[in-house]
Amino acid sequence: MELNQICSQIRRDIVRMVHAVNSGHPGGSLGCTEYFTALYFEIMNANPDGFTMDGAGEDLFFLSNGHISPVWYSALARRGYFPVQELATFRKINSRLQGHPTTKEGLEGIRAASGSLGQGMSMAIGAALTKKLNQEESLVYSLHGDGELQEGQIWEAAMFAAAKRVDNLIATIDYNGKQIDGSLDDVISLGDLNAKWEAFGWEVLTVKNGNDINDVVAGLKSAKQLTGKGKPIMIIMHTEMGYGVDFMMGTHKWHGVAPNDEQLQTALNQLPETMRDY
Amino acid sequence: METKQALMKTFEVTGMKDTRSGFGAGLTELGQTNPDVVALCADLTGSLKMNDFKDNHPDRFFQVGIAEANMIGIAAGLTIGGKIPYTGTFANFSTGRVYDQIRQSVAYSDKNVKICASHAGLTLGEDGATHQILEDIGLMKMLPNMTVINTCDFNQTKAATIAIANYSGPAYLRFGRPKVPMFTPENQNFEIGKALLLNEGSDVTIIATGHMVWKAIEAGHMLAEDGISAEIINIHTIKPLDSEAILNSVGKTKCVVTAEEHQEAGGLGESVANLLSRNLPTPMEFVAVKDSFGESGKPDELMEKYGLTKENIRLAAKKVIQRK
Repeated sequence: MELNQICSQIRRDIVRMVHAVNSGHPGGSLGCTEYFTALYFEIMNANPDGFTMDGAGEDLFFLSNGHISPVWYSALARRGYFPVQELATFRKINSRLQGHPTTKEGLEGIRAASGSLGQGMSMAIGAALTKKLNQEESLVYSLHGDGELQEGQIWEAAMFAAAKRVDNLIATIDYNGKQIDGSLDDVISLGDLNAKWEAFGWEVLTVKNGNDINDVVAGLKSAKQLTGKGKPIMIIMHTEMGYGVDFMMGTHKWHGVAPNDEQLQTALNQLPETMRDY
Repeated sequence: METKQALMKTFEVTGMKDTRSGFGAGLTELGQTNPDVVALCADLTGSLKMNDFKDNHPDRFFQVGIAEANMIGIAAGLTIGGKIPYTGTFANFSTGRVYDQIRQSVAYSDKNVKICASHAGLTLGEDGATHQILEDIGLMKMLPNMTVINTCDFNQTKAATIAIANYSGPAYLRFGRPKVPMFTPENQNFEIGKALLLNEGSDVTIIATGHMVWKAIEAGHMLAEDGISAEIINIHTIKPLDSEAILNSVGKTKCVVTAEEHQEAGGLGESVANLLSRNLPTPMEFVAVKDSFGESGKPDELMEKYGLTKENIRLAAKKVIQRK
């Protein structure tokens, strides 16, 4: 199946999941669908059938901005980490699919809780250091929101990773320019983001269109080529929050709001069912 | 009738050493015996006595600089793939400063991180209240999934440092700055969650942790002079608490004093009160800091000003016996 078709199904899953419980975060999830699809279906060496916490010999992924859990859960399920039907339990009582990801419920694919922002890069660095200590060639990937970069811990981690030459880490920023209270520029501008990461000593790549699957795959492949050269890698990935559902695009309104019945139908009409709905 | 001497066992002091050096010695031993152990420090390697590990195992030591939040997160990540990370900084920066990082990345994520905290309490001394955390036991024990240990001397701290490597799960190990009497056995077996009965007695139970254990022993001798038989329990593990040992003792003596270098709120005393109120309501007195920050001063001056001396324990014991 083509990656774009997988993207379409993941987007259907996202809007259906948040609609079913009238909560969750569709905007960022839709915007990062190409990234997750590329990562899990093309880029990462992962083992969906035999998940272990240690992930020896595998590439690892850490989601730092845990609120976009719907896209991660869908990608994991569609990749075979756990039954697709379980997506129907998202945010419901007794579910393994908590509002924000957790290891507590033993959901395959999850190695760290996230939700309180700013912590995922440190965790990814630690995992990358262990890969090195264990003399593994595997890589560690992490994803961060752009608003999340307002957290100070990110910059502690940024400084450390460059200083200690953590060059088996590929971090990505979901640069959609929006956060809960509005545009980043209205809340706290990130200024020249490329220059910031370069100044911290990272190798910085740009994915101009994070909602073009070919662009995302190419960006991640380029990043892989740059690992092992003494610098951590940062991909600044420009995305559109709410991408794929026309009325959710161009606004920060759908950051953490679920569609109603009518809106769900409108959304699903724009997203072909390619892998059978759960 | 018993003689006064028979009321209180004598403990031989084998030296004066700081508990943080016990941590350093334990880490040194782990460096030699357990290749999975790694260590992280936030610019306090000398204060935490981690230099030996750092020098002998540079590949397993991570200097993270003055960035404690990042240190906790990196430690959590290091566990993925089987490492056993020990983080080292002052108790204040090990807990209060990084509470949410510990909560989400360590405790909730169930990561096998050992948070090792020196300079806890008032005995840090002259640096004053900014550095004298008195809330850390409470902060850590409230977290689900967290084991909380506060050791009393060099030997016990060394043993605890080694023991937590063999326990899988998050642990908080609290120790201090000053040299204190060393009286527990060298190379002792350290059992997490197991209270140590130091002296059998019948009139009052004194339950102490950390630096206050030696003061409890000294208070026991003073009480013996007065003809009072004190049962003294060394609680190194505040969570999980050894309920059985406490209930057995208090069931016999019918009154209890707790002693700790910590706020009364959230400390060992509160855990004991919780246990007793449910199972065995008993008159109780608390030797602890009473809802106050510390200040600059010599450790002994501070312990006196804030009511954490052997005399305070003695008076509390007499008072609680009256309440029986």
